[in-house]
Amino acid sequence: MKFQTAGVTLIAAAFALAGCGEQKPPAKAADAGVEIRIGHAGPTTGGIAHLGKDNENGAKLAVDEANQAGIKIGGQPAKFVLVAVDDQADPKVGTTVAQKLVDDKVAGVVGHLNSGVSIPASAIYHQAGIPMISGSSTNPQMTEQGFKEVFRVVGRDDQQGPAIASYLASEKKPRLVAVIDDATAYGEGIANEVEKTLKAANIKVLPREKGTDKTTDWKAILTKLRGQKPDAVFYGGMDATGGPLIKQGRELGIKAVFSFGDGACTDKMTELAGNAAEGLLCSQAGIPPQAASKKFQDAYKKAFNVDPILYAPFTYDAANLLIEAMKKADSADPQKYLPELQKISFTGATGPIAFDDKGDRKDAEITIFTMKGGKIAPTAVVKGGKTVAYEEFLKNMGGGK
Amino acid sequence: MDTFLQQVINGLTAGSVYAVVALGYTMVYGIIQLINFAHGEVVMIGAMVAFTMINALAPSGLPPLAVVLIGTGCAVPVCMLVGYSMERLAYRPLRGAPRLAPLITAIGVSIILQHLALMIWSRNILAFPQIIESQTYFIAGAAITTVQIAILAICLALMSGLAWLVYRTPLGTAMRATAQNRQVAGLMGIDVNRVIAATFVIGAGLGAVAGVLFGSYYGIAQYTMGSILGLKAFCAAVLGGIGNIPGAMLGGVLLGVMEALGAGYIGDFTDLCRYGWIAGTIDACRDGGHFILAGSNYQDVFAFVVLIMVLVLRPQGLLGERVGDRA
Repeated sequence: MKFQTAGVTLIAAAFALAGCGEQKPPAKAADAGVEIRIGHAGPTTGGIAHLGKDNENGAKLAVDEANQAGIKIGGQPAKFVLVAVDDQADPKVGTTVAQKLVDDKVAGVVGHLNSGVSIPASAIYHQAGIPMISGSSTNPQMTEQGFKEVFRVVGRDDQQGPAIASYLASEKKPRLVAVIDDATAYGEGIANEVEKTLKAANIKVLPREKGTDKTTDWKAILTKLRGQKPDAVFYGGMDATGGPLIKQGRELGIKAVFSFGDGACTDKMTELAGNAAEGLLCSQAGIPPQAASKKFQDAYKKAFNVDPILYAPFTYDAANLLIEAMKKADSADPQKYLPELQKISFTGATGPIAFDDKGDRKDAEITIFTMKGGKIAPTAVVKGGKTVAYEEFLKNMGGGK
Repeated sequence: MDTFLQQVINGLTAGSVYAVVALGYTMVYGIIQLINFAHGEVVMIGAMVAFTMINALAPSGLPPLAVVLIGTGCAVPVCMLVGYSMERLAYRPLRGAPRLAPLITAIGVSIILQHLALMIWSRNILAFPQIIESQTYFIAGAAITTVQIAILAICLALMSGLAWLVYRTPLGTAMRATAQNRQVAGLMGIDVNRVIAATFVIGAGLGAVAGVLFGSYYGIAQYTMGSILGLKAFCAAVLGGIGNIPGAMLGGVLLGVMEALGAGYIGDFTDLCRYGWIAGTIDACRDGGHFILAGSNYQDVFAFVVLIMVLVLRPQGLLGERVGDRA
């Protein structure tokens, strides 16, 4: 089995090294160099097309910069080509375009955007032996499959729970916390992590209350909680249910601090809950784009005439990591540069990057936000269990590369 | 104690909305023995139309109360039109058909309306505009908002208005006559088709108001909101005795209160650690821990447990009369 995979990869790599001359017009051949294809997959149509394009731009910027730098791989000038495909944020389309990238003999892939798409697609890259680095998939399962080709440069969902809980514990010092979830895999997972971290910090946690991902009436639960007088409430769920939750909580006169995971860390919370949303705490994996390095932000703005929206700094880093590993291995053969990628140590637009055994980023940042004047504003960055005020974090990033 | 009182207030508010929706089910059932499963969707369309109108008018500088009234004022006729067309196009042609046929048509109409709403208002959860500043008052430690007071008052007014219409006006008399025996009512000179259409229109109008109340209470509206609300209101109608108008009102309010109390206390009652000898056998109970069998996420189940209990123990409902099968 393993032997077979290696065989296919070698053939694929051989084609990649041959310059893919049979598909491209001969004009390129005059360049007398090696063409290295890097895939990008993300939704560039549909409801989150703007985020998909943002991710694609990040990868494109990295590729363009690498071409200007005149990198040589295997003694020949390398020409990097970004092969961008649209996965429509759909797992079925995702596997189809993943296969297309494999057939196009890309040397590595940046993507996908959604965890739900990344997970099935990762199996295809794994079979073809092509490394993939996601800049935005946070579901733990993606790197828990044992695929050595799968990496991510963003934090995991299960790092978020401990981060928001330790921020809550150290900044708000609650004695009693109520934890609610929406009985989904995401909500329950993050709520469990929060409860574990709070208990480890010797904070009492009330018995878990549960709604569903369609609950609109939280009053029964909240009334019960009000009688128990918690100092803080954590809800693991999405903004659609979190908005009504905080609104109804304030209506009942609950004064506790409300905190949420990334599912409810959006400006939509104000829309749904009005003034009641003011002051809520929430977390997001990674760092906001405005906290990425100045150099990246300027280059992005210059190249695309817009500001990065969300995960562009991460896909930029992901593409750079692939190129860096190829440089180190002096080869675009996935078999050869994959070991370099695993042990890489690189400072990108989002700070220093290194991977652990699973392919997750070591000490990934989680950002804590507070709702101020109807917008979520970053207040702190939690990294490796340490909390840094956001202003200070910005200063550090500005000073870095 | 304040927790109990609060749960009752919450239950009464939600329950009075259920009651107004339940009226739509029970009136139609009373008159043509049809369970109009599309009624929940009419409620949803009421909320959606009001959502659009209020959002459109909010920046105009009109007083907020006027904007909400205009929004509701647009939702009611739109829903009445939907109710009328539904009856005219989907149910009247099947008047003589076996009872199963219009029932299945009702499910079809419900799906069509839901998908129309999906196309017009998207699949996203919409934030129902909260343009009237809500005040919270405390009575014996229990919070009640102006929105809740308004909902209770409006629902009470609607129910009294309907009772007056059904028991004190010629149209109401005609409706009751048609409900008793359609053929004889027709022989007495009542335009049965007109009376049935009027029933649908009135029920839809009530549904529209209920939709607006629901939207402003919870602050959200979505194209799927009608299905669960409709099912609960249907349970309320069955609880009170389907076909019986005071029964629907009683059933709605009771269901709301039962749900609130149930969700509030089920976790306590099913916490095995409260029961001495069982607690000793469970590890989780040590150091004041809890082992809860069924938590508050079973809130939505109460309505259906009630439905099953009523059907088993008292099929005619609380206020319904046992009637022989009209063969």
